[in-house]
Amino acid sequence: MTEQPGEGAATEVAASAKDLTKTYGKGEAEVRALDGVTVDLMKGEFTAVMGPSGSGKSTLMHCLAALDTPTAGEAIVDGTSLGRLKDKDLTTLRRERVGFVFQSFNLVPTLSAEENILLPLSLAGRKPDREWFDQVVDSVGLRPRLGHRPSEMSGGQQQRVACARALVSKPSIVFADEPTGNLDSTSSAEVLGFLRRSVDEFGQTVVMVTHDPVAASYTDRIVFLADGKIVDELRNPDRDQILAKMASLQDVAAQKAAG
Amino acid sequence: MLLLTWRNLLARKVRLLMSTLAIVLGIGFLAGVMTFSSGLNATFQNIVSGSTSDGLVRPAGDVSAANAGVATTQLITPADIDKISALPEVEDATGSVDGFGSFLLGEDDKLVGGQGAPTLAFNYAPADNMAGEDILVLNEGGWPEQPGEVTLDTSSAERGGYEIGDTVTMIVPTEGQDPRRTFTLVGTADFNGGGTAGATLVLLDTAEAQEIFLGGEDAFTSVALTAADGISQTELAEAASAVTPAGFTAVTGDKVVEETQDQIGQFLDVIDIFLKVFAGIAILVGGFIIFNTFTILVSQRVRESALLRALGASRKQVTRSVLVEAFLMAVVGATLGLLLGLGLSRLLAGLFRSFGLDIAGDVLTLTPGTIFWGYVVGVAVTMVAAFVPARRAAKVPPVAAMRDDLVVQEKGMGRRLLLGTIAMVVGTAFVVVGLTGAPGTDAYWIGAGAVIWVITTAVMAPVVGQPVLLLCRSVFGRVFGTAGLLAGENALRNPRRTGATASALMIGLAVVSAVGVLASSLSATNDATVDDAFKSDFLVQMPTFQSFPAAFGDRMEDVDGVDQVSRQQATPVSVEVDGEPDQTFLTGVDQAFLDIYDLAMIDGTDQMSGRQAILNEGRADDFGAGVGDTIDIQFPGGETIAVEVVGVSEESPTTSGITTPLALLAEAGIKRSDSSLSIMLAEGADRASAKQDLEDVVEALPILSVQDKEEFKELISSQVNQLLYVIYGLLALAVVIAVIGIVNTLGLSVIERTREIGLLRAVGLSRRKLRTMITLESVAIALLGAVLGMVVGLVIGVVLRQSLKDDLTELSLPLDNLVIFLVVAVLFGVLAAVVPAIRASRMKVLQAIATE
Repeated sequence: MTEQPGEGAATEVAASAKDLTKTYGKGEAEVRALDGVTVDLMKGEFTAVMGPSGSGKSTLMHCLAALDTPTAGEAIVDGTSLGRLKDKDLTTLRRERVGFVFQSFNLVPTLSAEENILLPLSLAGRKPDREWFDQVVDSVGLRPRLGHRPSEMSGGQQQRVACARALVSKPSIVFADEPTGNLDSTSSAEVLGFLRRSVDEFGQTVVMVTHDPVAASYTDRIVFLADGKIVDELRNPDRDQILAKMASLQDVAAQKAAG
Repeated sequence: MLLLTWRNLLARKVRLLMSTLAIVLGIGFLAGVMTFSSGLNATFQNIVSGSTSDGLVRPAGDVSAANAGVATTQLITPADIDKISALPEVEDATGSVDGFGSFLLGEDDKLVGGQGAPTLAFNYAPADNMAGEDILVLNEGGWPEQPGEVTLDTSSAERGGYEIGDTVTMIVPTEGQDPRRTFTLVGTADFNGGGTAGATLVLLDTAEAQEIFLGGEDAFTSVALTAADGISQTELAEAASAVTPAGFTAVTGDKVVEETQDQIGQFLDVIDIFLKVFAGIAILVGGFIIFNTFTILVSQRVRESALLRALGASRKQVTRSVLVEAFLMAVVGATLGLLLGLGLSRLLAGLFRSFGLDIAGDVLTLTPGTIFWGYVVGVAVTMVAAFVPARRAAKVPPVAAMRDDLVVQEKGMGRRLLLGTIAMVVGTAFVVVGLTGAPGTDAYWIGAGAVIWVITTAVMAPVVGQPVLLLCRSVFGRVFGTAGLLAGENALRNPRRTGATASALMIGLAVVSAVGVLASSLSATNDATVDDAFKSDFLVQMPTFQSFPAAFGDRMEDVDGVDQVSRQQATPVSVEVDGEPDQTFLTGVDQAFLDIYDLAMIDGTDQMSGRQAILNEGRADDFGAGVGDTIDIQFPGGETIAVEVVGVSEESPTTSGITTPLALLAEAGIKRSDSSLSIMLAEGADRASAKQDLEDVVEALPILSVQDKEEFKELISSQVNQLLYVIYGLLALAVVIAVIGIVNTLGLSVIERTREIGLLRAVGLSRRKLRTMITLESVAIALLGAVLGMVVGLVIGVVLRQSLKDDLTELSLPLDNLVIFLVVAVLFGVLAAVVPAIRASRMKVLQAIATE
C-alpha cells in the first residue's frame, strides 16, 4: 500500500488487463463490450479511461474492479489475478484493496455521512485509523457535514462523501465511474481536485472512467477505448489534445455507422 | 453492519410495522390460546385438588357413578360410617349425599348454567381437603341448617338473579312428587380452589338431601375421609378398606384427583388442540406475509445490496443483515404478540364464561412456557420466511450498483410448474392412500396430502392463478376502461408477488371451504338420518341431552291424545374387551320403544326381556359377540350383570351401542331418570292441541323441549352451525392477517411505482381513476386468493367427507356460502386498497416523475 506522498510514481503496476474480452448475449445478439484489451495501470498515477458511449470503458473498469467477470483474458489487481478467485475472495479483495466512486452517488440513505464513510471498514470489522479518517475528511472539507444524512446534502457533498469512503480503507487502487457525471461544474471541480490531491499528497492510485474532457484533463494519463479496443493514449494531456482525440474517435465511429 | 440493519428498520417503520402486525397477530393468537389453556387447566386443577379429601369411600367399579353423573341405589349407612370413623387412622369421616338429576332455575324461570356444566347437589357436611383446608368456603350468609334452606355457589346465585333471603326454585328427581320445589337462599359458597368452572353447586341440609335423593333413607352415597396425624393416604385407604361394606371401596384422595384430571384432561386436550390448530393456521398465513414483505423489501433494495457488495460486504454479511432485521422484527412482534395474547385469553375466557365455563381471571397469566414458545415460534417463522429473500438479496451482483437498468434475474416459471406438479401428485398419492384404507389413520394420510396441496397451491399460485388474473383483466377492462385494464396488467406483471399475496388469503379460504363442506354434509346427513329415524310424533329431551326426572314422562302420559310415551335412559357402562375395561354407552328402553322404532336387525330379534340385550353392529364387532353369546356389563356403582345377546342391529341414532330393557338398569342399582321420551299420539288425535298440552307440561318445568321432526332437525343444525360459526370466527383472524398482507403488498407496490404513477397522472389519469386502478388490483389479488382457496378447500372437503362416509352419508356443497365468501373477499380487497389508494392519489405529479 502506497502511503508516502509523491513516491514511486508510474513505476509499479497497480492493476492490469491481459487480452480482456467481455461479451454479452449470444449468437446474433452478441455484443463484444471488450475485445482483447491489454493495459497496465500504474501505481501513484491518476489515469482516465475515455471513449465514446458503448466503447467498453465502464466494462473494463468493472472487470478490473472485480465487480464483473470477463468472458476471457485476465484481470490483475495488486498482483492478484482475479480469474481464479471465488466470490468470497473477490469480496475480500474489493473490501481491502479496491475503492469505488460511482456516478450516482450511491450512499446508503439511512446512514449519516460519517457512517457512510466508515462503512467499508465496518463491513470488514476493522477499526478506523482516526488520524487518517480526519485527514481524509478535512481534505474533502466535510467536517461540518459528518452527522448529516445523504438527503440533507447537495450532490457535490454526497460525491465527496463517496470519495472519502473510497479512500478511508487505504485501498491499492480507487476506481471512479464518471464521478462528475451528475454534478454541476463547481462541484465537479471540487471532486476532481480532491482526486488529484489524493494522488499527489497521499500517493493514491486512481482510475477514472469519463467522457468529459475537462475531467480527463486533471489526470496524468488517458487511455482511449473504442469498440472494446484500446486505440490510443495520452500523457499529461491538456484539454485541446483530449478534445481533438475524442473528436477523431467520434468521426471514426460516425464513418463506421455511415459505411 | 448491525447499525445499518438498525437504520434500515427505522427507515421503513411503517412497512415493517405492517408485516410485524402479521407476527403480532399470529403469536398473539398462539399465546392467547396457550394462556387460556393453562388457565383452564389451572382452574380445574385448583378445584379438583381443593375439593378432594385425603380419602374417599365410594361405590366400587370401573365406571365412577359420580363422574358419570348417574344416581345409584348403592348406599352406606351411618353405622358403617361409625365403624370407619372409629379407626385410629381416621380422624374424621363425613358422609355425603350426592344427588343427580336436579336443576336450578333462575328468577326468570330459565335453567341456570344450562350449557353443559353439571348441577352438583349434595348435603352440606363440613370436610377438609388434602391440604387440611375446608373444601367449601362460605362467601356470604350461612350454610343450610334445616330443610327448606339452600346455599348456592356465588356465580350461579348471581346468574340466577338471586340474593340471600330469596326463594329459589329447583327441579328435583324425587319419585312420585312434584319435581318443582322451592327453597330459601341462605348463603353463597365456593370450592376452596376458587370458582366452580361453571358447575352449579346446590348445598342442602343432610336430612332434606336424603329425602330428595334417597327417598328419605338415613344413608349416604360416599364418605370423605380425613387421615389422623402422621397417617399417609395409602395407610388411610388400606385401613378403611377393612371395614368398608360390600359394594364399596376406599381410595386415596390422590387417586380421585388423578381420575378426575384424566377425565377433564381429555376434554381440555380437545379444546387445546382445536384452538392450537387455528393458531397454527394464523401463523402459517403470517409466515407468507412476512415472506412477501421481505421479498419486496429486498427487491427494492437491490441497489443498496449491490453497493454493499461492491464495498466489500460478503454474501454472508448481506444475508445476515436481512436476517438480523427479521430477527429484531420477530422479537418486537412476538413481544407485542404475547401482550396481545394475554388480552385475547381474557376474551376467550369471557366467551367460555358465556357458555357456562368459569375461568378465574388470576390464573390467566403468561407462563414461562408460553413466553418461550411465543418467542421461539415468532422468531423461527419470521427467520424461515425471511431466509429465501435474504439469500436473494445476497445474490445481487455487485455490478448492479452501477447499472441503471436494474433487473433482478428471476428464474422462469417452468421449474416451479414442474416441481409444483410433482408435489401435487405426491399430495394426491397421500390422499389416495388415505381413501383406499392404508395402514395407519386415514385422516393423517389425507391431512398430510391436504397440507401438501395447500402449500403447493400457494407456491404455484403465480402459475395456476394466471387464468383468474387474465379474466379479471378482461372484465375490469370492459367495465372500468383503461384504469381497469391497467389494474389487471399490474396484477399480472409480477405474478410471484400477486401469487404470494393471494396465497395468504388462499390458505384461510381453503380451510373455511373445507370446513364448510364438512359442516354442510353433516347437516345434510343429520337431516337424512332424522327423516329416516324420527318415527315418533314428538321427542322430549334436554337441549343438552342430560337426563331429567322421570316425573315429566309420568305427566305426559296423562295428556289428551297421547297414546304412548316411550322412556329411554342412557348410562355409561364398562365391558371388558381383551381384558381391558372399555367404556361405552347403554340405553335402557321400554316395550313402547321397540314398538315405535323398528331397529333394522341383522341377526336375532329385537324383542327382549330380563337380562337380554341388543348390540349394534359396531359394538358386536368390538366385543366379538353375536346372538346367543353372553357379555358382562359393569354398571356405575360397581354392579356387574351377565347379559345374553338376543339380536344384532344396524347402527341407529335412537339408541346406543347396547340396548337393554329399562328394568335391567334398575336391577343394576341405577336410579330412574329419563334421557329422552318418544311420544306417539293416538289415531285421530289433534296434533296441534296435543303439542300445546305437552308444552304446557314442560312450561312449568322449563328444562325440557318438545320437538317434532322439523324442530329436531333445526336443533341439530343450529348446533352444527354454532360450531361452524365458532370455527369461522377463529379463521377470521387468519383472513385479517391475509388482508394486512394485501395492504402491505399494495403499499409497497405503490411506492415502487411512484414514477409510473406520476407518469399516468401526467398524461391525464384522474385521482379517482387512479384510486379505482389500485382498488381493482387489490380486488384481483383477493379474488385470486378466494378462488384458489375455495377450489382447494372444496376438493379437500369432498375428500375428507369421502373418508368419513360411514358417518357423513350425505355429501353437500355449501354453494350459497361460497358465493358469500367470494363477495366478502371482494369487499376485503376494496378495504385493503383504501390506504394505499389514498396514498397514491396524494402523490405530487412532478415529484413522482422525478423520483429515481
